[in-house]
Amino acid sequence: MAAMSDPSREAGQFFADRYGIDSARIASLLSDALAQGGDFAELFFEHRSNGAISLEDQQIKSAARSVEQGVGIRVVKGDSIGYAYTESLDPEAMRLAAGTAARIGEGGDRPTAIDTTPVGAAESHYGEAALLSDAPAAAKVALLDRADRAARDYDPSIARVDATIADERKVVLVARSDGQIVGDVQPLMRFNVMALSQRGESRQTARTGGGGRLGVEYFDRVTPEDTAREAARQAVLQQDAVDAPAGEVPVVLAAGDSGILLHEAIGHGLEADFNRKGTSNYTDRIGQSVASDLVTVVDDATVAQSRGSINVDDEGNPTKRNTLIEGGILRGYLHDEISARHFGVEPTGSGRRQSFKHPIMPRMTNTYMLPGPSTPDEVIGSVEKGIYCVSFSGGQVNISNGDFVFSTTEAYLIEKGRITAPLRTTNLIGNGPEALSRVSMVANDYALSDGRWTCGKEGQSVPVGVGLPTVLVSAMTVGGTNLG
Amino acid sequence: MAETAPLDLASRAVELAEGRGAEQCDAIAFSHTESTVAIRLGEIEKLIEATSHSLGLRVITGGRTAVCSTSDFTPAAFDQFVAETVELARISAPDEHAGLPEPELLATGGGDSLQLYDERIESLALDDRIDMARACEAAALQFDARITNSEGASLSSRIGEVALANSRGFAAAYPATSISLSTEALADDEDGKKRNAWWFSAERSLRSLMDPETIGRIAAQRAVDQLGARKADTKRVPVIFEPMMAARLAGDVAGCATGGALYRGATFLAGRTGETIGSSLVTIVDDPAVPARAGSRPFDGEGVTARRTVLFEEGRFEGFLFDCYTARRMDARTTGSAQRGVTSLPSPGPANLIFEAGETPAEEIVADTGEGLLVTALMGFGFNPTTGDYSRGVGGFWIENGEIAYPVAEANISGDVASMLGNVDAVGSDLTWFGSSAAPTVRVAEMTVSGV
Repeated sequence: MAAMSDPSREAGQFFADRYGIDSARIASLLSDALAQGGDFAELFFEHRSNGAISLEDQQIKSAARSVEQGVGIRVVKGDSIGYAYTESLDPEAMRLAAGTAARIGEGGDRPTAIDTTPVGAAESHYGEAALLSDAPAAAKVALLDRADRAARDYDPSIARVDATIADERKVVLVARSDGQIVGDVQPLMRFNVMALSQRGESRQTARTGGGGRLGVEYFDRVTPEDTAREAARQAVLQQDAVDAPAGEVPVVLAAGDSGILLHEAIGHGLEADFNRKGTSNYTDRIGQSVASDLVTVVDDATVAQSRGSINVDDEGNPTKRNTLIEGGILRGYLHDEISARHFGVEPTGSGRRQSFKHPIMPRMTNTYMLPGPSTPDEVIGSVEKGIYCVSFSGGQVNISNGDFVFSTTEAYLIEKGRITAPLRTTNLIGNGPEALSRVSMVANDYALSDGRWTCGKEGQSVPVGVGLPTVLVSAMTVGGTNLG
Repeated sequence: MAETAPLDLASRAVELAEGRGAEQCDAIAFSHTESTVAIRLGEIEKLIEATSHSLGLRVITGGRTAVCSTSDFTPAAFDQFVAETVELARISAPDEHAGLPEPELLATGGGDSLQLYDERIESLALDDRIDMARACEAAALQFDARITNSEGASLSSRIGEVALANSRGFAAAYPATSISLSTEALADDEDGKKRNAWWFSAERSLRSLMDPETIGRIAAQRAVDQLGARKADTKRVPVIFEPMMAARLAGDVAGCATGGALYRGATFLAGRTGETIGSSLVTIVDDPAVPARAGSRPFDGEGVTARRTVLFEEGRFEGFLFDCYTARRMDARTTGSAQRGVTSLPSPGPANLIFEAGETPAEEIVADTGEGLLVTALMGFGFNPTTGDYSRGVGGFWIENGEIAYPVAEANISGDVASMLGNVDAVGSDLTWFGSSAAPTVRVAEMTVSGV
């Protein structure tokens, strides 16, 4: 496939050529969807192709490919939605689905003819090189073999290496009853390595990986060896780890992956569906101080080639950089069409869904904190006794009150301003607003995570990015076993 | 429109793959109609209805494996899909352990005695569904004046069919239904913090579903009970898991007791079969053959007859859950535990996981605890299957002198799972089912609680 000069038009052409979905068919389906008096209707066409090759213990274990296509049809009436989908893009199947979604309307007339206008793409945030899905299998196998060798060469205790290379190509087309038709062609790739270190009876495993919305050029930036050595390093490090402390201590979050803190601690609470319903702890707090004045947080779907980036959201709105918190003051929420209408603001391009089988929700894209004035050494040096967290396996938040938990995979003790012993995996527990009010130093070394995060909300998964500079939180509960 | 009956699709995929040179192959196909009604503050928030079909094909030729999935069943596309799957298998390395189940392991009976299907779900009208969800939410909102908001109530059902066919002549299908109802209630605490709680029921039949008002009242009660929650002290105390949380703990343990974790070296249970790890109160089994539960099935994802497997018997670790591949790798026999979706290879896991009940009434376990923590919520992912290190965020209640003293939030419990199982010193008689798992109240004699 050629470089994606205009992914929006390319998507429209794809569905027209392959399934006969032209402007007449779209207009007719939208008309069916609104036949019972809905306010607004939208068709979300999707064709997604996924491939993966897995290496296990020096052998290619299996190769996999899956293709899924379909259309999700949404009809909005007030704050209520009717939703239906079908995997068959056959005209009759789509007509039936439109009729099912239409039932949310409370009676009314079929609209007059709907005029649709395809919209071109503004700019693409994705890589332009050859897609991984188009790369020959032998090339992918070679990348996996390189990872295997590098992990084993890193340390003699590495007894097993598993690695996976995965690619996705998703073509979407959003057609709305206000006439707009916009599409996108979204690449996504990922490279993961698991390393097992065995010393006597002691086994430790570590996983790492990365990727984004780009193709083979990812491996120019992060080689398979880089990823493999990182997994091996973390597994070996755990062999010498000591029990983490229990109780409240100062916590330094390293730049990059620690952005999961922001994602969990405040990001979800700023998704406007919860605020529309009054079920978020950030409800009715715009303009108020919700964090230390060192804290500025943005959600930015336009970061080049990042896993969380999208050109248009799944409602067809252009994406952008949205400021959520500025100098500690809450500036705005992340909106989909329904919440934007409810609050009387412009959509923020944050309407996302896992697939055509799922209704839209406001979601994060790449969420990160902007750098501050300190150096990382100053931040670490300021801590008499605490912990330094580098990477995490995941986190979870209670959106209603902001209580969160996240789990470290690489963390260290800080003693007298210096990083010392590595810690066994443990949890950080806290409350979003409280933790952000305790951010007492922010360093100048911002980094975005390499693409490995997937966010789950109400059973729907979407790829995201997270980012943070080195930050000091003056006190947070650490869930270790060492009572000191 | 294309043919979409799952058994026909699975059989056709196998036939086409054999015609294209596949040595061994099997196909799993699903179809289901899902219907969801979501109500919030009495109004309809969402109506979702759709019918879905999908198929996954596994091809093994010369020990080389590929797995592909599709939902495009038009004849030309389907034929091309099968051809591509057969071709894709060339990429992987030969593996002597890859292969279909031996013919004598394959199931012969259907799932008739398992009570997996309820016709009443087919005929449940949209208006009745809306009424049930409304009644559930209303019961929560009216339960207590301190319940101030709701995330709504949702009723979902699925009517579906699962089919499996393979190149050894196996071809079988079974219909299955499921229905679930849930709601989430919110209360406002004095400091402005919101306290929320959720409750649900998930069953195969409408008759077994908990009545809507009861679900609503439980959710509301649990939200109100959390009002005034504070942080716990950091100390080592007994920790009591209420049944739903004990089921989560059993799930973490079962995840380590799979052939997949074993051959990867990624489980603390490796090499410990036959060893007494838990206390004599710990008996954990997996039983796909128990009737009418969410994980019940006549055969597993490879067609092997589903049967009960004991993981822990009075504390002794009895062994792992295997599918065919992991069993062959570890020189064991499959336990009929292959889980399978359309996009990936089978892998072993529990179907219906049961932490067997003890004899002590749950109230007595609390009354018998001088100081401790009763856990009613678990958060986060702090569990390392390779080492068994366990660290989870928790909510619940502090216990003093055998009585609930105050609700607790933002706490964490930590330990390692082997010691936790060894330290189980009380197991309740209150076995409770939650979808595909069941557990009673379980007390661990001592864990580290982190708070302030």
